[in-house]
Order: sequence, then structure tokens, then C-alpha cells
Amino acid sequence: MANSKKLLAGTTGAIVAAASLPARADWSLLNMPVGVSELSREIYGMHMLILWICVVIAIFTFGAMIYAMVKFRKSKGAVADMSMLHNTKLEIAWTIVPVFILVGMAIPSVDKLIKIEDTTGSELTIKVTGYQWFWEYEYLGTGVSFYSRLDEASNEARQLDSGLDPEAVDHYLRNVDNPMVVPTGTKIRLLLTANDVNHAWWVPDFGMKRDAIPGFINEMWISVDADKPGTYRGQCAELCGRDHGFMPIVVVAKPRAEFDAWLAGEQVKAQQASTGAATTVRVETTDGGESVRLAKAE
Amino acid sequence: MAHHEHAAEHAHHDEKPAGIMRWLTTTNHKDIGTMYLVFSLAMFLIGGLMALVIRAELFQPGLQFVDPGFFNQMTTMHALVMVFGAVMPATVGLANWMIPMQIGAPDMALPRMNLFSFWLLFFAFMLLLSTLFLPGGAPAAGWTLYPPLVLQTGDAFPVAVFAVHLMGASSIMGSINVIVTIMNMRAPGMTLLKMPLFSWSWLITAYLLIAVMPVLAGGVTMLLTDHFFATSFFNPAGGGDPVLFQHIFWFFGHPEVYIMILPAFGIVSEIVQTFSRKPIFGYEAMVYAIASIAFLSFIVWAHHMFTVGMPLAGQMFFTLSTMLIAIPTGVKVFNWTATLWRGSISFEPPMLFAIAFLFLFTIGGFSGLMLAIAPADFQYHDTYFVVAHFHYVLVPGAVFAIMAAVYYWLPKWTGHMYDMKLANIHFWMSTIFVNVLFFPQHFLGLAGMPRRIPDYATQFSDWNMVSSIGAFGFGLSQLLFVYIILKAAKGGAKATAGVWEHPADFPAGLEWTVPSPAPYHTFETAPEVK
Ligand code: HEM
Ligand SMILES: [Cu+2]
Ligand SMILES: [Cu+2]
Repeated sequence: MANSKKLLAGTTGAIVAAASLPARADWSLLNMPVGVSELSREIYGMHMLILWICVVIAIFTFGAMIYAMVKFRKSKGAVADMSMLHNTKLEIAWTIVPVFILVGMAIPSVDKLIKIEDTTGSELTIKVTGYQWFWEYEYLGTGVSFYSRLDEASNEARQLDSGLDPEAVDHYLRNVDNPMVVPTGTKIRLLLTANDVNHAWWVPDFGMKRDAIPGFINEMWISVDADKPGTYRGQCAELCGRDHGFMPIVVVAKPRAEFDAWLAGEQVKAQQASTGAATTVRVETTDGGESVRLAKAE
Repeated sequence: MAHHEHAAEHAHHDEKPAGIMRWLTTTNHKDIGTMYLVFSLAMFLIGGLMALVIRAELFQPGLQFVDPGFFNQMTTMHALVMVFGAVMPATVGLANWMIPMQIGAPDMALPRMNLFSFWLLFFAFMLLLSTLFLPGGAPAAGWTLYPPLVLQTGDAFPVAVFAVHLMGASSIMGSINVIVTIMNMRAPGMTLLKMPLFSWSWLITAYLLIAVMPVLAGGVTMLLTDHFFATSFFNPAGGGDPVLFQHIFWFFGHPEVYIMILPAFGIVSEIVQTFSRKPIFGYEAMVYAIASIAFLSFIVWAHHMFTVGMPLAGQMFFTLSTMLIAIPTGVKVFNWTATLWRGSISFEPPMLFAIAFLFLFTIGGFSGLMLAIAPADFQYHDTYFVVAHFHYVLVPGAVFAIMAAVYYWLPKWTGHMYDMKLANIHFWMSTIFVNVLFFPQHFLGLAGMPRRIPDYATQFSDWNMVSSIGAFGFGLSQLLFVYIILKAAKGGAKATAGVWEHPADFPAGLEWTVPSPAPYHTFETAPEVK
């Protein structure tokens, strides 16, 4: 009696635990995000289109296989039909029909590609440089640039045997010290490059990723919907060495006016840093007669 | 002796040194086939252990067991060991055993080269595995060896490059052997279009290997000279281009994935017809499909590189050419289905694995089709979705086909039936766990988890845990596989020459006309095929 009660309690516990799993596993953890830009929505639509086409084809082929395996079993007395060895018409049909399906999938994808590659008409250009293992964002023509690294809390928790619980860290591994800031409702061109090895810049909500390759400059564009300011997170997507898993990307999208204010503030800071630096810079002459600048801003 | 009468007739032929010398000096295709298969099984277990290190670390967020650098060594070595050490040698082992017996040849055409290519491979792998103990550890830049990252490898770098060269040389020799054997040593009447599909698939695979292994060798040699002799093939500071290496690698790499799967297609075709008791539907279409897949595999490589910033026209071309490859692949799946249709189907272990192949390989084909669409691939690329894709085509694809082949031909090799009950258990455990292991990885990738990371954001915890449980279940199930094979090698019910009930003899291989176990020498006088 006591035993069966224990069993019951145990089973209930297990069921509750099991049920809490799917409760946490909401849809966003099963599928691609729709995202917050025109491109990301189109890419999501493309993804769902091909997914459903595949599901339909799968139902037919798997259906036929299952039917055959149930119906034509030796144990149920099925005898092989030796006249069914080939059929040219059938072969042609199942070669041609897929061609049409594939063309149906290819046409919209060409259309999307053209749009994705069209970086003209952007209002802001940000140069993104990958380093082992952090990012640099440079707002071209404004004098604003800064580095963006994994935040301290994640960095402590991620050390081998840190004893810290990642679940307790705010946005574990998806948080940085200085996020990239962009205006909403604006077409922004990103110029991607790297300083050491290949990296890839990817924020799923923007629909795109692109490699950052040393010595070369890649282009892509993003645009966050005007009505969707917020914080969007991603991370490096190309193996770049030991800490590849630890160079997140955080983008804060602000309404245009707020962004302009932010940028102006950063510009002032940058200016102070350089002019301020000018007043405190000591030019020291080293033994070799080389001048070394020790910037001490503040 | 098991084949006493035969041995008496050809006493001088059956003489073989005892013990280790037999294996060091043998030129017998069956012995060499066995060595390849045993080697492959050992590598499968070693590569599997590496995979379990990876999955153990990924069981929970946070780093529990390994340093991220070592984690990268594990992902890199796991892939290299599985691709070049487990899957390819397994199919070479099957080719060695079965091609001469299927086509009625007494041995491979170039037996000494055959032995040489095995020991080269063995040596290459000792080198590759030794890199784990070198300063700086094993290569950690991924099996794709992309520069500039790969140039940061420690002392392992030249050793790994040399190992790749040796493996390539070994594969090329093996392929020459297959081609020469098939072209010159078929029994009278065994025309090409009567040849069993396994031999056909290997003939085409061999051409692919000869075409692409030198390309890989060239690529890694360029890495080597960039590293040691100040060339700048891939070094932008000297005017080189890191992306060039990716083109070279994938010009090898995409045909390589078909090198792993075409023999599997051949195996599955033979098994499906045997256990449907009905010759393969559309035999010629099957041959043409393999040939067109092989051809197309040369013009799709850059679908692995959609994110490198290719010109628009390039992206369109590679999207379209990749989608084309789905057509002959579809033809194969449809023909297998039509073979089942109105057959007389039974479900012995080889058939179970072949049927799992039909379903699960096809799932991998679907995800491949999705990855082929460049705009969608901008999201999928380098995520766990890709990991799920290639594991579906490689594990319940290539690996299941190899297991199916072992269960199909093991009685022919050992002369004993294996333990069917255990084999069924092995099948069900493998099939359930392989899905628990890999299906959730589709979700992880779509939800935004990149591949090749040792730790992840906490929203990915649940599915990673499920996947790791699947991994350990799958790994343990394989111990059963080893046990079943060992048990059958030791003894068991005697197998007949035909082993299974075969359909009327077109296009069956001649292996079923010799006793089980196959005598040490078969077809010393060529059989006549009508
Ligand atoms: C219908 C057939 C197939 C199509 C259309 C297809 C397509 C693709 C594409 C587009 C990718 C690149 C995805 C990315 O990195 O973003 C890919 C990756 C891959 N595929 Fe397939 N594939 C097919 C079948 C196969 C087969 C049969 C195999 C092997 C047995 C295979 C093995 C792989 C591997 C190993 C990778 C990943 C390589 C890496 O990045 O490390 N694929 N496939
Ligand atoms: Cu990275
Ligand atoms: Cu490919």
C-alpha cells in the first residue's frame, strides 16, 4: 500500500516533469524565427514553403512505402509479381514531375536572392570586423567605433567548472558589454571583414548571415521594422577557434530619434576621447627615438 | 578444415602463413576485405567515443568536462575518423569481399597494391590519431580544414596533412583496383548491365574517388606550403584568398559525400530486392541515376558556401544545380518503393536496416533540398540544422546501409547464421536512438544554435539534453553489434550457399552460388553467366 503510493507519487512527479518540458519547448524553440525585418519574413516564408512541399512529398512516398510493407508481406501470403520490373512511362513521370516542383521552388528563391543582394539605397553603413574572439563595429563617417565582447557574467559562468549556474545568468552567452545600436525602419548596410580568421555575423531575427573573411569585404543589409524596436541576439556562426562559441552579437534597435541621440552622444564621447587625449598625451621618446603615444583619456 | 575438399584439390593455393604473418602478407581479397572491415569497426568505435565526449559536454549548458580547444579537436577528429576511417574503409572492405565474388573473378586485379593500400590507410590513421598527443593537440579547425584557422594548428599540422595524403593515395589505389577488376575480370556473360547494383555503385564511386582525391591532396599541399614555405595561396596579406580553399575543399567534398552514399545505394538495392523476392524495379534507371548523381556532384560544390559572398549568378547556379541532384535521388527512392510494391516482403535484419534507410535517408534528402535554397540557407548554414541533415544521410543513411550489408553477407563470410533475435534488438535500439539523437537537432538549428560550439545559450538546453540521451543510447547499442559479429564469427547455425531466398536470378550476384563460408579462393575457373 505504502509502496504503491510511493510509486504513484513518483509516476506523477515524472509525468509533471515530462509535461513541463514541452511547456517550456514553445514553438520558437522548434522553428525558425519569423524575425523583425522584411527579409527575415520573406526567408521565413520561403522556408515554410519548402518545408510544406517536403512534408507533402514525404506523405506520398512514405505512405506508399508503408502501404507496400503492410500489404505485400510474405507472412500474409503475398506472392511477388514478377511482371513488375520496369515501366518506362512511370520512370519518365517520376523524373518530370519533380522537375516542375523544383522549378516551383526555385523561382521564388531567385526573386528573394535578388532582393537580398541589393544593398543600394542604404542610409547607414556599419563596418563589422571579427576578431578572435569579439566584434568591432565602426559607424562609417561618424567617427564612432567600439568593440563588443561577451559580458562579464557569462564569461565567469562559462569557465570550465566555474560552479556557476548558466540558467542564473541573464542571457547566458548571448550578452555583450557594448551592443551594436541601429535605428529601426532604416536600411543599413553592413560591411563585413575579419582581422585574423573567418567569422560569420548572424542574428536570426534579421534573416541573414554572412561570413567575415580577412582581407575581403562582404556586404549585406539589414532593416528592422519601424514598429519593432528591441534587443536582438545572435552569435558568430563560423568556427573561428577556441572561443568561437563565446562571441555573441547583440543588436539594440532604437527608433530613429533615439538612435540619432545615441549616435550624437557617442560622437561627443569619441571626440572627447581624441581631443581630451590630445591634452593628456605625453609624447615619450624611447631609446630607439620612436615616439609612443600613451593615450589617457578621461 | 571447413572447406576440406576444396583445400585438398588446391592444396598449394590454400597455404597461408599462420598468425600475424597471414595478415601482413596476404594478398587474398577476402583477407584484405576482412582487415578493412575490422579496421573500420575499430574506427567507428573510436570516432563514436569522440562523439560521446562532444555529446557529454553538450548535455547541459556550461562547460563541465572539456576545454573549448579540446572540444574543437574532438569535433574535427570525430568527423575525420568517421568519414575517412569508418565509412569509406567499410565500403572498401565490402568492395574487396564482394566485387570479385559478385562478378565471378578469382580475386582483385592488383592484389599486392590492394594490400599496400590497406596498410597505407592503417599507417595514415596511426599518424592522424597520434596528433592527439602532440604539442598543441590534434587539428581543431573542423574537418573542412578552412584557412586561416587551420594554419593556427600546432605540431599536428604537417602530420595531419601527410595523413590526408596517405589516405588519398590509399583510396586512389583502391579505386584503380576496383575499376580494373570490374572492367577486366568479369566472368564470361556477366555484361555490365547484368552486374549487381552493389558492384555498379562501386564502379562509379571509384571514378569519383580518382577524380577528387587529388584535388584534396592539392588543397592540403597548398596549405602546407602556405604554412612552411611562405606561399600565399590562401593568405590575403600576400594576395591570396581564403575562400579559394573552400572552393577546392568542396570540389572534393561534395563528391566525397556521394562517395560515401553511392555504395550504400547499391547495398540497399540488393537487399530490397532480395527481401521483396522481386528483382529491383527499373534496374537500368537505377544505374543511370547513380551515374547522373555522380556527374552532378561535380557541379554543386558551392552550395556549402552560400554565405561566403558569392556573386548573385553563382548563388543562383548552385541553387539550381543542387536541386537537380534531388531528381535522380528521387528516382532511386521511387524505384525502391516500386520494388517493394507487389513484392513478397519479409523483415530479416538486413531488410529492417534497409527499410530504415529508405525512410531516414529520405528525410536527410528533404533537409538537403531545403539547404539547397540559397536564401533559406542563409539561415540554416552552419547551424545544427546542417548537422541534422548530414547525420541523417550519413548515419541512418550510409552507416545503416553498411550494417545492413554486414547482416546480409555475414553468413556468407563466416558460414554461420548470426543471432537474429539480438540483431532485431540491435536494429530497434539503433533506429529509435538515432532519431532521438538527431531529430531534435533540426529544432536546435532552426531556433538558432550554431554548430561546432561547446556551450550554448540556455534556451537550447532541453533539446540538447534529449539529443545527448539519444547519443549514449545509440553508442551503447553498437556494443551489441560488435557482440553479434563476434558471436557469429565463432559459431552458429550453418548457413546455406544462398543464405536468403532470392528472387529469380536477375541481376543477382554470383556470391550466392558459392558455399558459405566462401572458400578462401573462389572462381579459379570463371563461371559462365547466362
Ligand atoms: C538530395 C540530396 C542532397 C542535397 C540536396 C544536399 C544538400 C546539402 C547542402 C546544400 C549542404 C550545405 C548546407 C550548409 O552548410 O549550409 C549540405 C551539407 C552536407 N551534406 Fe548534403 N545534400 C544531399 C545529400 C547528402 C548526402 C547523400 C550526403 C552524404 C552521405 C550529404 C552529406 C552532407 C554533409 C557531410 C554536409 C555538411 C558538410 C559540412 O559542412 O561539414 N548530403 N548538403
Ligand atoms: Cu566564430
Ligand atoms: Cu554538398
